[in-house]
Amino acid sequence: MPHNCDACPAHAQHARIGGGIEGYERIVAVAGNPNTGKSTLFNALTGLKQHTGNWPGKTMTRAEGWFEFRGARYKLVDLPGAYSLLSGSQDEEIARDFILFGRPDCTIVVVDATALERNLNLVLQVLEITDRVVVAVNLMDEARRKGLEIDTRTLSRDLGVPAVPITARTGEGVRALLEAMDGVVSEAVHTQPLRVQGTPAFQLAVAELAPLIEAAAPGVPNARWLAIRLLDGDAAVQGALLSGDLARLVARQQGPVEKFSRKIAVEGAL
Amino acid sequence: MSAIDAPVPTPADVLARADALREQLHARFRDETVKSIYAEAERVARRAVHAKGGVRRDLDRQIDRLVTSPIFGLPIMAGVLTVVFWLTIKGANIPSAMIATALFWVEDRASILSASLGTPWWITGFVWHGVWRGLAWVVSVMLPPMMIFFPLFTVLEDLGYLPRVAFNLDFLFKRAGAHGKQALTMAMGFGCNAAGVIATRVINSPRERLIAILTNNFVPCNGRFPTLIMLATVFVAAAFPPAFASVAAAAAVVGVVIIGVIVTLAVSWALSRTILKGEASVFTLELPSYRRPNIARILYTSLIDRTVFILWRAMLTAAPAGALIWVLGNIHAGGASLATHAANALDPAGRLIGLDGVILLAYVIAIPANEIVVPTMLMVYMGAGIMTDVQSFSALRTLLIDQHGWTLLTAVNLMLFSLLHNPCATTIVTIYRETLSLKWATVGALMPLGLAFIVTFLTASIVRLLM
Repeated sequence: MPHNCDACPAHAQHARIGGGIEGYERIVAVAGNPNTGKSTLFNALTGLKQHTGNWPGKTMTRAEGWFEFRGARYKLVDLPGAYSLLSGSQDEEIARDFILFGRPDCTIVVVDATALERNLNLVLQVLEITDRVVVAVNLMDEARRKGLEIDTRTLSRDLGVPAVPITARTGEGVRALLEAMDGVVSEAVHTQPLRVQGTPAFQLAVAELAPLIEAAAPGVPNARWLAIRLLDGDAAVQGALLSGDLARLVARQQGPVEKFSRKIAVEGAL
Repeated sequence: MSAIDAPVPTPADVLARADALREQLHARFRDETVKSIYAEAERVARRAVHAKGGVRRDLDRQIDRLVTSPIFGLPIMAGVLTVVFWLTIKGANIPSAMIATALFWVEDRASILSASLGTPWWITGFVWHGVWRGLAWVVSVMLPPMMIFFPLFTVLEDLGYLPRVAFNLDFLFKRAGAHGKQALTMAMGFGCNAAGVIATRVINSPRERLIAILTNNFVPCNGRFPTLIMLATVFVAAAFPPAFASVAAAAAVVGVVIIGVIVTLAVSWALSRTILKGEASVFTLELPSYRRPNIARILYTSLIDRTVFILWRAMLTAAPAGALIWVLGNIHAGGASLATHAANALDPAGRLIGLDGVILLAYVIAIPANEIVVPTMLMVYMGAGIMTDVQSFSALRTLLIDQHGWTLLTAVNLMLFSLLHNPCATTIVTIYRETLSLKWATVGALMPLGLAFIVTFLTASIVRLLM
């Protein structure tokens, strides 16, 4: 009986481990409020091709998965659910650090169609950090049942990034989501993220500070966002800048998943 | 490096400049930033969302108003729990007896066969009356209740009821000086205390998180529910006419759960007034909309993730525990088995708190996993080689009451002890991992144990005084 290995979904991955095919893969982060079906989408996309480890320096589990789309390989990273990126909870810090320093090729923000307003707070905060964003408007079936119509075209236009209606549970719209993601990753889709403008004085301060950060720590991912955090007095960012650890944070977030290590847990985040 | 270029700012320069700029900004610019994000989110959402009809939404709100109402919220919670336990107790009886009959029949046949093949008696005893009997007990006592309880519990979880539970209890936790989210981590603890301890990561303040970690053990986990359910079935139910028996048993388990919640609050209060002083912080609790439970996922989560996982863990510890008990029961020194010696040594302490030496011995052997307390206890009672078939709850009753002098006080104190005593080894290790402090792991283990002794001592003393 002939083995039909090429047709098996596991084949590509095994081949890669063997080093047969080029190693590059695109990194996509999945963010979202808790209870938005983030993990449902993650599981729907990656199936059994998952792998868990720890977040760098944390005892928290980090799930990664793989899938292929249009001939490209993607690594999907499931970020902890978070309502915002501004407070200091461990979950939010992890999600923020990965989007900022892990430099994913695209971040999919999963939002609950039935509670769009509350979910958009996180979207707007993610847009502050990166412009490679696709918004997955999930739970469309529930929204319909509740008599809610979501105009994702207007939403896309207002946010300046693609917004795709999906129902992760049934798989509805997931293909369109992947197409939008592909567009953002390959830069075929030009995004113009909506950035919340603060007061003029605040904007001036950010504009002055950002170039200084770039000069002091060359190669940082998003000096503008770091400037905002510094103005806010974010102790983690201050510490990372002082100790020259911003670069190390970047390298670490992009590195492979670490096994649980007590030493790391003791040392803490930095 | 030409000297003409502007000097490269050092990180310290950047920080100093940031501080200076912050000084110049409006004092509340941070609030304003957050406010403008909210305003922007509202504006964008208004343009994108069009509501038509909205019948379901109203229904959701009405249900929420009822289940989180200050008057009906808590009684509804107790009612829902009672129904869940009643279904579990009512449904588990018969399959439990059937599984026990089958597995003990295998023990019987296998040991006869093994003996007839000329295997030395101690190998037969060790394998079949030791290891196998331990496994048979765990499977027959735990599997049926778990297969009913877990799917029901998962349905509640999936519906979105647990956040409402947290909402109902939130004000109590705040009054106890703890974080409102502790209500959520406590709810997780009903599933597994180790999971509950990990779930405390949602609490930002270290002080409140520590309180949540140290008190998580005071709600019975899934490993302890079978013990409570069994005790309620054997003792409480028997004290009532058959028609009310299972309702009474369910009410007794709910009573234990309520005591657990009260102890959680009381200990949180005491901790936040003494070694972990401070004020409760404020947070926003989100009530997610109700979801139609997904049957496939419920079956998967409750049967694979929970039932099989817990049963497997119980079997892993039950097999060596069964072997250990057999060895203790069959090695004799000075006319009595080691198990008898150990139980006798523990007996005075056990009697003092309304239990006995065998029960304490069972708790010592069962430290790795609470699931096996009752099986361990019964194996010690049944002793070496005496083939007592305990195939139904009534036979169990006969064994405990008639042969070993249990009373209602024993059962009640055992329920209390099993509610309050030290967490299982997994949870203690988890506490250590989460706090990275031997001190807090020790407190987390010994404080509940001490409390269990004090409470059971008090109930035993009161009963003795009254009798």
